[in-house]
Amino acid sequence: MVSAVSFQKVSRHFGSVKAVDAVDLDIEPGEFFAMLGPSGSGKTTCLRLIAGFEQPTSGAISIFGERAEGVPPYRRNVNTVFQDYALFPHLNVLDNVAYGLMVKGIGRAERLKAAEDTLALVRLPGYGSRMPGQLSGGQRQRVALARALVNRPKVLLLDEPLGALDLKLRENMQEELKLLQKSLGVTFIFVTHDQGEALSMADRVAVFNDGHIMQIGTPHDIYQRPASRFVADFVGSSNVLPPEFVKLHSGQMRWASLRPEAIRVKREQDANGIPADVVALNYLGASTRIALDVNGLRLHAMIPAGQPLPEQGERVTISFNREQIHLMDGEA
Amino acid sequence: MRSDRNSSAPIALKIAAAAGLLFLHIPLLLIFVYAFTTEEKSYQWPPPGLTAKWFAVTWNRPDVWEALALSLKVAAISTLIAIILGTLCAAAVSRSKFFGRETISLLVILPIALPGIITGISLRSAFSLMNIPFSTWTIVLGHATFCIVVVYNNAVARFRRTSGSMIEASYDLGADGFQTFRHIVLPNIGTALLAGGMLAFALSFDEVIVTTFTAGQQQTLPIWMLEELVRPRQRPVTNVVAMVVVLVTLLPILAAYYLTRDGDQTAGSGK
Amino acid sequence: MSTSAAIASTSAVLPRRGGVLNALSDAFWRNPRLLLFLMLAPPVLWLGVVYLGSLFALLLQSFFSIDEFSGLINREFTLKTYGELLLPSNMDIMIRTVVMAASVTIASAIVAFPIAYFAARYARGKWKALFYLGVMLPLWSSYLVKVYAWKLILAKEGILTWALDKLHLTWLLDAWLSLPVVGGNSLSVSFTGTFIVFVYVWLPFMILPIQAALERVPGNLIEASADLGASPAQTFRNVLFPLALPGIIAGSIFTFSLTLGDYIIPQIIGNSQYFIGQAVYSLQGTAGNIPLAAAFTVVPIVVMGIYLWMARRMGAFDAL
Repeated sequence: MVSAVSFQKVSRHFGSVKAVDAVDLDIEPGEFFAMLGPSGSGKTTCLRLIAGFEQPTSGAISIFGERAEGVPPYRRNVNTVFQDYALFPHLNVLDNVAYGLMVKGIGRAERLKAAEDTLALVRLPGYGSRMPGQLSGGQRQRVALARALVNRPKVLLLDEPLGALDLKLRENMQEELKLLQKSLGVTFIFVTHDQGEALSMADRVAVFNDGHIMQIGTPHDIYQRPASRFVADFVGSSNVLPPEFVKLHSGQMRWASLRPEAIRVKREQDANGIPADVVALNYLGASTRIALDVNGLRLHAMIPAGQPLPEQGERVTISFNREQIHLMDGEA
Repeated sequence: MRSDRNSSAPIALKIAAAAGLLFLHIPLLLIFVYAFTTEEKSYQWPPPGLTAKWFAVTWNRPDVWEALALSLKVAAISTLIAIILGTLCAAAVSRSKFFGRETISLLVILPIALPGIITGISLRSAFSLMNIPFSTWTIVLGHATFCIVVVYNNAVARFRRTSGSMIEASYDLGADGFQTFRHIVLPNIGTALLAGGMLAFALSFDEVIVTTFTAGQQQTLPIWMLEELVRPRQRPVTNVVAMVVVLVTLLPILAAYYLTRDGDQTAGSGK
Repeated sequence: MSTSAAIASTSAVLPRRGGVLNALSDAFWRNPRLLLFLMLAPPVLWLGVVYLGSLFALLLQSFFSIDEFSGLINREFTLKTYGELLLPSNMDIMIRTVVMAASVTIASAIVAFPIAYFAARYARGKWKALFYLGVMLPLWSSYLVKVYAWKLILAKEGILTWALDKLHLTWLLDAWLSLPVVGGNSLSVSFTGTFIVFVYVWLPFMILPIQAALERVPGNLIEASADLGASPAQTFRNVLFPLALPGIIAGSIFTFSLTLGDYIIPQIIGNSQYFIGQAVYSLQGTAGNIPLAAAFTVVPIVVMGIYLWMARRMGAFDAL
């Protein structure tokens, strides 16, 4: 089966800055794909390469098997939801949504009907006559979504679409986007710097750093088995274990990661465990996060609610199963 | 500058500000009174009597009409040229960073930053070097040159406020460059261009310094007025023309203000 | 989604639509430099050829000289014309103009400051708009009409003499007019008159930049200074004035440059002594001495060049 989007050794350099450097990537049709990374990591440039706003310095980009280099954005059946939504301030909501159909020469009655239907799809029926300036942030975002979807794109690109919304709205929108994507079956490619967003919404995630993809995998993979220290660090709260420590406990001289919930904390001394000092306690509701000092190495453990908690400054014993130590392939 | 709601200005400041504004406006108001005076020979105050007959006399003066027609024609053509050139320049400067961008801005501002007499004498000596006879077009050449900056300033300010992703969004939705210009760019900068155009029109309609060098024997309305000031023929007619000129220039200024008042930079600040 | 089949396309890359405009649009997209070039070419050609071309041609002529006997222009490189600039009579003209420009600039700043300060700090809503238009309308009113209005005001039989007479202050006017240099037969033929009209005509150019600079001063800065025990005069000198300075300098660029080049105001309201503008005008016109006229225009260009360079170092361009 042909990929929805395929990058082969794609680079985009701005002078000496390698925004995207020799990236290989295959995104499946119908997939909800997230590009995750800190700002300046190249994820947005990748999105702009797919949309056609940037041209690769080298390499090949295909969209559903068709080569896309040299094809202007207006001839790509790909649409974008912009970070600032970029609604046209002089057009009302309905004309905004119908814009793509208008420039393709579709008759007024037909395009307005399609725009109405799409507004209903994003749960804004009857908002057509308002001006963008009269809408709330969440509503604008839905209009931007409708304006892209009305063209029935083969691929929908979303550039930090939830970044400007407040927490509650963001959580609702995450669910809604996911449902929408499943019901339409359109390939969604989604750029974010928020690992929680990427992990909760996407089928697969690519983690970017410095113009390179550090790891591609399902959220479970990325979370449980980070391939490198960067991914472990960026994606979440995994403990990063240095080679000396790993050698002591699993025999191999390699970097590894260990989930906080895999660490058991006992208040009594135990010769089979590792002694550790409690540095801080962080109450999180469903669990408590404990910062520990093990011979100068900082580790975090997670204790579910209801279990006895140590006190700050107390000396405790920690233990974990050897197989919970995940060796990182990405580190030499 | 923000201030507290309850703070009010010191009385001395209020008086100084009010006096300043009166200083700016009283002379203009006097023009309106003098247009109705019955005194023909001097600038006597208070006017010995009031009459409207000079309006009729002015109405029947062909030289005033000819000067007015030439002024309107020159202003219209210069404004059109300034709108085209100013917009092109503003679009180029706003849409990309290129080498020499600062130089272009300086080049546009120079004709208005240097004293008008320099622009005037340069053009005149260039015309005589190249044996170009004086015509409407020699006047237009000068006027369009210093009108570009007015349109340019307005257009640049608006381009700056227009988000760049809007143009990308249009491309993304399938519009090519020309469709984007027609459906997105033009509606968004339209009022700024209109405002810039009106200011350019007012500037050209009123210009005298450069025009004295590029007009030859032709008379625009300001040149006509200058002649009357230096060698008065019929003072009451001058009074009436002065009042009409004030009214005619105020209208485009007010219109330009209302077209751009929501913006962060209002038209005309950079005459 | 019940969209018709016409909208949905199965292809990821749409075919070219055809047509000249579309092809052109593709070309511009592929080569943005081409579009940039096409946009810049007309204005740069116009300004570069028409304006800079004539300007350089003029400057070039300042290195020619005029033959004293035939009155013809001798097209050989010489600095003789610049030497003529240094003649005492010409030096007088230059000094008179620069002193006038400087006094006009200082006076404009003093009159403009309260208006700009009030508009920036105290005027709100409707009043703000009123103040703005109150400055804009005189700014854009016809220059000649403004000069004409002052001819009416300053005339011997005009409103100013009348008002002073009513206030029994005629002796004050007479005393002032009897002073050397600034005095004269009446205000409309004295330097004082020229000065007043210059200040009047350029005042709005000073108000707007000062207001713009003051708008950027946070109000709490002034309160902070008052809180710290500064008297109003200290607050003005140590806080307000330094912050308004870029605006004052920006405004002074206008008042200075406009006064340097003006030849109409001193011609209509003033005595017979020349300013640079008048000298240039009469040299190129009746005297036909283009080289000396050109050399004279170099003076305001050089003065303004130095002025702009200094203003730029003081950050005045941010307030324009």
